[in-house]
Amino acid sequence: MNLDLSFYTWNLVEHYLIKGLVFSLELTVVATVGGMVFGTCLALMRISPIKLISTPASIYVNVMRSIPLVMVILWFFLLVPSLIGRSIGAELSAYVTFIAFESAFFCEIIRSGILSIPKGQSDASMALGMTFQQNMQYIILPQAFRNMVPIVMTQVIILFQDTSLVYAIGAYDLLKGFEIAGKNYGRPIEAYLLAAMVYFIICFSLSRLVKWLESSHQR
Amino acid sequence: MAFNLDIFCKSTLEDTYSSACFGEKFKWLFHQGDVDPTYLDWLISAWGWTITVAIISLFLAMFFGIIIGTLRTLETQKDQNKLWISCIVFLSNTWVEIFRNIPVLVQVFLWYHVIPVFLPILKTCPSFLLVSFALGFFTSARIAEQVKAGITSLPKVQRMASKALGLSVTQTYRYVLLPMALRVIIPPMTSEAMNIVKNSAVAFAVSVSELTLFAMQTQEETSRGIEMYLAVTMLYSLTALMVNRLMNWIERTTQIPGYLNSLKIEKLV
Repeated sequence: MNLDLSFYTWNLVEHYLIKGLVFSLELTVVATVGGMVFGTCLALMRISPIKLISTPASIYVNVMRSIPLVMVILWFFLLVPSLIGRSIGAELSAYVTFIAFESAFFCEIIRSGILSIPKGQSDASMALGMTFQQNMQYIILPQAFRNMVPIVMTQVIILFQDTSLVYAIGAYDLLKGFEIAGKNYGRPIEAYLLAAMVYFIICFSLSRLVKWLESSHQR
Repeated sequence: MAFNLDIFCKSTLEDTYSSACFGEKFKWLFHQGDVDPTYLDWLISAWGWTITVAIISLFLAMFFGIIIGTLRTLETQKDQNKLWISCIVFLSNTWVEIFRNIPVLVQVFLWYHVIPVFLPILKTCPSFLLVSFALGFFTSARIAEQVKAGITSLPKVQRMASKALGLSVTQTYRYVLLPMALRVIIPPMTSEAMNIVKNSAVAFAVSVSELTLFAMQTQEETSRGIEMYLAVTMLYSLTALMVNRLMNWIERTTQIPGYLNSLKIEKLV
């Protein structure tokens, strides 16, 4: 088997990959930001002593965590148009799905971050007369977020890898770009190899970054 | 949108409803062509494929994960004659980085499209096996991480003590380190096992007729997406729950009395 590497040209990058890469990265960023926002809300709901607030949040989180991401993607792709009455397209649907899915995962990370802060801290802030909101905003969350950075980054790497699953609904992401390029040029093998290498380079450098952050955090 | 479960009793080929719904499957198995399978039959067989893929990949992942994870913790020495140990450690670290940093879907495509070109013997492999390889190797990297973490979490003196007792490296791992480390990592293994069930959904990409592909196909065929997706989602949750129970049972039966988790559990009981 001869690999034809002449297939790797700037033309390929320009016409097939940039668009997909941009979408994959955008999806990662949007899902991270959205997931952190909603994840924080869910985490605060879950630690609430009021059952009426904490139960729905834990049901949501546990359901999201027990079904495959592909099924969640399919669910939203099916449900959202029938709820709002019109089709929203694969890309937009992917954004909604990933925010909804990742907020469950970020919720667990944030919750464990909050629980890792010694109880004395919130006792002290309560003794100072702070409200729940002030306590969270000024005392607990800033410390919790700082401790969570490495775990969140690891989750972001997994999230970036998972964006390839939007393949199921045909959104144009990095993997799809490679697939179409491979088909158009009649060189699927080289395309998949390059896809693996590109994903590897991105994820590997990110994981090195996490390691570096971890070691500089401990110092 | 009417919610109607009758659809599961509908024949997959004709517009007829079977009164037996599920029993017909066995007739269909033994006299092929006599009775058409219903959607429920198809659902159950899709579940079977999901479980098959998950079990094969779990065994592969455990096997390679434990070996690679153990090799990564070998003590490297600056001795010229022992250079090969550093090589082994380096190779196993490379293994983990490669399989961890490529998305599982891309790995499935690599196994399905690329690797058979270089290893022609794989061309005769059915696609569910190729998916299991992809999923197994992907997860083996993650399990190797856990195994390494488990071994390094043990007190360092255990390794020193076994060296002082004159145990060889193999004996140290076989009788001292691994029996403890493998028990320590059962909880993270539980979540990896549940992840395998969930990740087996990527098999849809190479047309293995498992639950996700069933959901996609039947949603198009019957336009009864909600019912189909609900059934599939519930089966996934049920499978994950079963795996969870099984792993908890393993954890309880393999625990060493008076050590680590067993303390917690005994307190609860």
